[in-house]
Amino acid sequence: MPVPILAARDVTKFYGKGAGRFDALKGVSLEIFEGESVAIVGKSGSGKSTLMHLLALLDRPSGGSIELSGSDAVLLTGTTLNTTRNRTFGFVFQQFFLTGGASVLENVILPLKIAGIGSRERKRRGLEALAALELEDKASNRASNLSGGQKQRAVIARALVNNPRIIFADEPTGNLDTATGAVVEDILFALNRDKGITLIVVTHDEDLAARCDRRIYIRDGLVVSTGSAVAA
Amino acid sequence: MRTIDVIGTAIDNSFRSKLRTTLTVIAIFIGAFTLTITNGLGTGINNYINNTVAAIGAQDVLTVTKVATDATTTGPKKYNPDLVAASGGGRPGTTVQALTPSDITTITNLTGVKSVQPTLSISPGYIQNGSGTKYTVTAIGAVPGITLQLASGSQLSSTSSQSQVVLAKSYVRALGLSSNSAAIGATVKIGVTDAARNSSTIDATVVGISEASLGAIADAATTNSALTQKLFDAQTVGLTGAAKDRFSQASVRFAGSASEAEVTKLKERLTKAGYSGQTVADQIGTFKTVIDVIVLVLNAFAVIALLAASFGIVNTLLMSVQERTREIGLMKAMGMSGSKVFGLFSFEAVFIGFLGSAIGAAVAILVGSGVSAALSGSVFSDLPGLTLIAFSPASIALIIIIVMAIAFVAGTLPAAKAARQDPIESLRYE
Repeated sequence: MPVPILAARDVTKFYGKGAGRFDALKGVSLEIFEGESVAIVGKSGSGKSTLMHLLALLDRPSGGSIELSGSDAVLLTGTTLNTTRNRTFGFVFQQFFLTGGASVLENVILPLKIAGIGSRERKRRGLEALAALELEDKASNRASNLSGGQKQRAVIARALVNNPRIIFADEPTGNLDTATGAVVEDILFALNRDKGITLIVVTHDEDLAARCDRRIYIRDGLVVSTGSAVAA
Repeated sequence: MRTIDVIGTAIDNSFRSKLRTTLTVIAIFIGAFTLTITNGLGTGINNYINNTVAAIGAQDVLTVTKVATDATTTGPKKYNPDLVAASGGGRPGTTVQALTPSDITTITNLTGVKSVQPTLSISPGYIQNGSGTKYTVTAIGAVPGITLQLASGSQLSSTSSQSQVVLAKSYVRALGLSSNSAAIGATVKIGVTDAARNSSTIDATVVGISEASLGAIADAATTNSALTQKLFDAQTVGLTGAAKDRFSQASVRFAGSASEAEVTKLKERLTKAGYSGQTVADQIGTFKTVIDVIVLVLNAFAVIALLAASFGIVNTLLMSVQERTREIGLMKAMGMSGSKVFGLFSFEAVFIGFLGSAIGAAVAILVGSGVSAALSGSVFSDLPGLTLIAFSPASIALIIIIVMAIAFVAGTLPAAKAARQDPIESLRYE
């Protein structure tokens, strides 16, 4: 049995204390293997976003542990944690979080800038990522001038530019119409299939979830069922 | 993130909201402009004083007076037959204890003293050219080695036996002389009244015309040693030795190569012997202190303006942090450390401070130089060599650095707020 790239071991998370305490996760265990595409499915308030934050090492669990390639993530602190996040994860959000006034290229190379990569190399890799998403002609446009689909493609280029091992996609098609959404889905699954990037999709969209290798259903802070794809 | 990228990004960010940045820069500009001008004022006036030091006295001379025994008591003082009116430098009615020939001998015998020349107090009645109108005149005996600021002619000779006088510019026309240069070589008569009210005149040759300056009085004539002695002799006709040889002060020459420490030691020896000695630098120091205090007060106002502006920086950056919540959250999610986020915002503050102060200083230099040039051509035309507002690169650099430091301090609050931001909170959808 290979070592899972990400694993949650009886993870709990609560906010507040005393009578006002709210348990967002009540003991979640799961394993995600390299190259998989996994959907975390649940309604709003189910705890799926909290789970994603914990898996992406943006937050620490109240109990249990998160393991990255078999080692406890609690050991990662300070610079190591920042470097790990920068190198390992790419993010695609429902709301694009692009800086409107800056150029598309500037937005895309942000992870490289944070990684401390030189400006020439940044530009080369940024344009490469944009070319992969057929956006190279928009490189010098302001991000605010892009259409919704183009914005989400720019966001994917940004998630991709640092060659991450895992891409987290939080409702990646939530803000797009069906046709554009389908295109974005195709791109994400192609990345998963062709480049072997582990894809973790957080969604309440059953159709999107159905395209993943595996689905993990969350309700009220607990995993209610898991299922493998029958057909994509 | 590399430091250079932090700086570059911070500069880009400061231009993202142009109006807001511009307004903040203007607030800092006003403070920096004022600070530069007030500083320039201090530099200009102090420079002028330094340049005219030579006109007030020679560099290797101490002005020595006797310390009055009851100088510190208030109220009516006991009568002292040795008190004489101070010869300038004090307010009217000020008296000092007179130096007698025995004092002069004592001072001459002190180590480090090259020579002692008692200052002869002369008070001529009038000055006259030929048979023209008589004008009152204040005469000052020149200290050997003094360099007067001359409009034309040459310096007085302390060794010449010729009676020489340097006249203030204002006397040229009054005495019926056509121009400054025409006045050189003219012979004027100086009227003196002795103790018995008998008038006599002494002829003197005009060797130079002095510019008005801090060191020179507008209606004064400066006389060389030979003429001073003649005038003194003429006005003390009929006085006996003891009444005649009383001097309000004396000029003590020391070696021109003496170090500051040696001069201080000499002053200490004088103090021990019961005298007080002041160099020109000491006398100038008093002027400078007054000017420095005035400049300091003006600077304080400028700093208050800067403090107000620094709250503008706080405000601007807080708004900017608020606006960029998502962006900060995203950067942190992507592995940007809190300290880099802090650096990003505090450098933005420093950059805004730099913009405001650099533009403020540059405009202040332009305006100050213009005003200064205009004034020295009109209001201050009587004070040649005075640049009212002068700028030294060091003080400009210091002002810019101080403003940047203030901006940095102002930026720490918003920057710390940004650095503390939780990426999850920032990225939560509404």
